[in-house]
Amino acid sequence: MKKLSTLLAATAIATLMAGSAWSKTFVYCSEASPEGFDPGMYTGGQTFDAAAHTVYNRLVEFKRGTTEIEPALAESWEISADGKEYTFKLRPGVKFQTTEYFTPTRELNADDVIFSFERQYKADNAWNKYVPGASWEYFSGMGLPDLLEKVEKVDDLTVKIVLKRPEAPLLANLGMPFISILSKEYADKLQAEGKMELMNQQPLGTGPFTFVAYQPDAAIRYKANPDYWGGKQKIDDLVFAITTDAAVRAQKLKAGECHLMSYPNAADVAELKADPNLHISEQAGLNVSYLAYNTLVPPFDKAEVRKALNMAVNRQAIVDAVFQGAATVAKNPIPPTMWSYNDKVEDDKYDPEAAKKMLEDAGVKDLKMKIWAMPVARPYMLNARRAAELMQADLAKIGVTVEIVSYEWAEYLKLSSAKDRDGAAILGWTGDNGDPDNFLDTLLGCDAVGGNNRAQWCNKEFDDLVTKAKETSDVAERTKLYEEAQIVFKKEAPWNTLDHSLAVVPMSKKVSGFVQSPLGDFVFEGVDIAE
Amino acid sequence: MAGGSKTFGPSVFQRKKGLAPMLRFIFGRLAVLIPTFLGVSLIAFSFIRLLPGDPVMLMSGERVMAPERHAELMHQLGLDRPMYVQYFDYLGGLVTGDFGSSIVTKRPVLDDFINLFPATLELSICAIIVAVLLGIPAGVIAAVKRGTWLDQSLMGVALIGYSMPIFWWGLLLIIFFSGYLGWTPVSGRISMMYFFPQVTGFMLIDSLISGQAGAFRSAVSYLILPTIVLATIPLAVIARQTRSAMLEVLGEDYVRTARSKGLSPVRVIGIHALRNALIPVITTIGLQVGVLLAGAILTETIFSWPGIGKWMVDSVFKRDYQVVQGGLMLIAAMIMIINLIVDVLYGFINPRIRH
Repeated sequence: MKKLSTLLAATAIATLMAGSAWSKTFVYCSEASPEGFDPGMYTGGQTFDAAAHTVYNRLVEFKRGTTEIEPALAESWEISADGKEYTFKLRPGVKFQTTEYFTPTRELNADDVIFSFERQYKADNAWNKYVPGASWEYFSGMGLPDLLEKVEKVDDLTVKIVLKRPEAPLLANLGMPFISILSKEYADKLQAEGKMELMNQQPLGTGPFTFVAYQPDAAIRYKANPDYWGGKQKIDDLVFAITTDAAVRAQKLKAGECHLMSYPNAADVAELKADPNLHISEQAGLNVSYLAYNTLVPPFDKAEVRKALNMAVNRQAIVDAVFQGAATVAKNPIPPTMWSYNDKVEDDKYDPEAAKKMLEDAGVKDLKMKIWAMPVARPYMLNARRAAELMQADLAKIGVTVEIVSYEWAEYLKLSSAKDRDGAAILGWTGDNGDPDNFLDTLLGCDAVGGNNRAQWCNKEFDDLVTKAKETSDVAERTKLYEEAQIVFKKEAPWNTLDHSLAVVPMSKKVSGFVQSPLGDFVFEGVDIAE
Repeated sequence: MAGGSKTFGPSVFQRKKGLAPMLRFIFGRLAVLIPTFLGVSLIAFSFIRLLPGDPVMLMSGERVMAPERHAELMHQLGLDRPMYVQYFDYLGGLVTGDFGSSIVTKRPVLDDFINLFPATLELSICAIIVAVLLGIPAGVIAAVKRGTWLDQSLMGVALIGYSMPIFWWGLLLIIFFSGYLGWTPVSGRISMMYFFPQVTGFMLIDSLISGQAGAFRSAVSYLILPTIVLATIPLAVIARQTRSAMLEVLGEDYVRTARSKGLSPVRVIGIHALRNALIPVITTIGLQVGVLLAGAILTETIFSWPGIGKWMVDSVFKRDYQVVQGGLMLIAAMIMIINLIVDVLYGFINPRIRH
C-alpha cells in the first residue's frame, strides 16, 4: 500500500513537472506571504487573494469588477418579510477539488455550509479552536456572533440563516472572503486522522484553482480546477511569486518574470506607464482618508469651528503633493463608486478668509491644536506626515497653531480611538464589502464612539438614518436614507474628508481578462495570457 | 570568558600536553554558553514586548477591536499572564525543544525555521566563500604593494564596499544587471518554471537532484546578485584586516630572515607571512557570521529570498512574539556555536590561546 502511494505521488509530481514545460503559467508578483490558507482566521488581503479567491467560493460573490452581489454556490435566495430569515438554494452538482491529499466522494451540500458557519462561532465545535490561537476576526468584527440565531439545513440543497434582528448588509457580508465554504467531508477526514492543522496548510474547496504547494515566503502554486462549476480556466497554472519590495516587483514585471503585480510605488507608476510592454489598469479605490476631529473636546464640539478648519485647508494641494495625481479630493465619507453616493452634496470651498471670519464669529482665538499623522503608508494615504505639514501651513494662515504628533502604528491605532484624544487624527478606511453601512455606520455610528468612530461623533439624526437603512432590505429606500445621512454629515463636519485614492494595477500587455476589483482583491478567475 | 577554566577540577586534566588542555578549553567554553543562552533568552523575550502595540491589536488593522474581544484573545494566547509566568513557561518549552507556534500563521516556529534556514545558509555560505576568496588575496596584494596606487585603489574600493547601504546597493545592481542589461534575474531563488520537492533545502543541490534540465543553471543565476550584495561588507572587512595583519607580519624578524635566506617571495609571503597573519583574519571571518545574518535581513528582503532574515523582519512588524523570540534564540544559538568552533580552531592554530 505504501509502495502504491509512493508511486502515485511520484507519478503526480512527474506529471506536474512534465506539465510545467509547456503549460500556460500565469505568474502574479504578490506583495506578502499569506498568513495561512484558512480565510476565516485572517484579515490580510494577501491571504484572501491566496486562499479565498483561488481555492474557495462563497454562497454569494461580488460580480467581477463591481460590489454587486451575484449567485455563487447559492443559486438563489429568499428573504422573509421581516428581514430575519434568509433561505439559500444551493447550486446542484458542485464538485470539491481532487488533490494529492484528498479525493472527495460527494458533491457540495448543506452540511458543508453549516460546517463553514458553525466552526466560526460555536465554541463547542471541534474546529473552533483547531490550531493554537485560532480566532475568527472578521466573523466577530462584522458582528455575526450577536446577529446569528441559527444556521439550519432544510434539505440537502437548502440552507436557512435565521437572524436575531433584520440586517440588510448581511448579503454583502456573505460575499466576503472570511465566510468561504469548506468541505465537511475533508474536515471530518482530517479530524479522524488527528491532522486538523492541515486545513490551514492544504486547503480544499470548490474554487477555480486547486492548491498545489506553498514554499513559505517564496511562491504559491495552483493548477486550474478541471471540475470547476464555473468552467475550466484558460490558464493551466497559477503562481504567486511573493515579492515584498514594490520597486523589485516593478523590476520583475518589466523583466517579464511576472505577468501582473500588486501595489506599485507611486513614484514608479510613470516609468511603468512608459514601458511599451505594459498596460496599467486604474480604478477609483473603495476607500477614504480623513482628518477626524475629537468632537467631544471644545472647541471642536462646535460644528462651525470644524467647518471653518475644513475651509482653511487646501485639499487639492495635499492630493497633488502626496499622490501625484493618483487620487481625488473627497467630499463625502463614502467613495464615488459606491451606491448611494450623494453627488449633490456641496463641498466646503477652500477659502481661508471666510474660514478666519467663521472662527472669530465662533469666539475662537489663538487656537492651538494637534494633528496626528499616521507613521505608515496606507493605500488611502501614502504620506500622512506630508499631508499634516501642508495642513499645518494652511491653518497657520488663519492663526491656528498646529503641532504634528505621531506614534508607532499599533499604538496609533489604539490611542487614536480614545475618547479623550488630544487633537485631530488622520486615518482612513478601505471598504470590506461595498455596502455603505460598512463606512457610514462602522465609522460614524454612535455605537462606534470610542472605537472606529475616531471623531467620537454621535449625532442622533445621522444615527437614526443609518440604523433605519440597516434594517431595510429595499435598496431604493436605503439609498434615500444614506443620501440624507451624507447631507447631515457634511453639515456637521466631524471629519475633514481628504481623498479617495486610485488603485493602480500594472500588467503585461499579454494579459487579458483581468478585471480590477473595487474591493482591492486580486482575482484571477477568467484571466488569460497570449502565447 | 576565562572563568570557564575554574569549572573543572585539576584531577581530570592533569596532563599539560596532548588533548587534555584542549578538551578543558572546550568544556570551559561550553559551560559559559549556558548563562549566555539564558541571558539571550531573557533579552529575546523582553525586547519584542518592549515595543508598543500587541499582536492582537495588529490583527484587526484599522478596525477597532472591542476591549472585551481584545481581552478574550489576549487570554486565549496566554498574553494576559504576568510577564515572569510567560517567561518561565517559555523557558520550560525551550528545554523540551518547543519554540511555540506563530501567533499569525499558527505554524510551529521550529518548523518554519528549519524550512527557511537552508535558504539563508546557502546564501551566507556563498557570500562568505566569495568574500574570503577575493578578500584575502586583495589584502595580501595591498600589503605587499603598500603605498602604491594598487594598494590605494584596493583599499579605497574596500572602504566604499564597507560603507555601502545594502538596500541601495541591491536595488542598484537589480536595476543595472537585471533591468538594463538583462543578464541576471531580478529576484527569487529559481525560475518559476521549475518546481520540485524540497529535499535538502539548498536550491543548488535540490535543483541537481531534481534532474530537470536547466534547473541548476537557473538556481545559479538567481544566486549571483544576492551573493554579491551580501558578500560586499565581509569582503571589505576581510581585505582590510588581511592587509593590516600582513603589514605587521612582514615587518617581523623571521620574515626578514626568510628573505635573507634567499627564499622566493611567493614562499615568504604565502607560507611564512600569510600563515601567521591568518590568525586575526580567521577571527574576523568568524565575527562576520553576525554581520552576514544582519546583512541577510536586508538582502533577503530586496531579493525576495525566502530565508530567516525576511521572516524575522515580517514578524517584528506583526509583533509575532513567538517567532521573534524563537528566531532570535535559534540565531543566537548558532552564532554561539560558530564562535565556539572559531575559538577551537584558533586554539589549534595557536596553542598559546589554550592557556
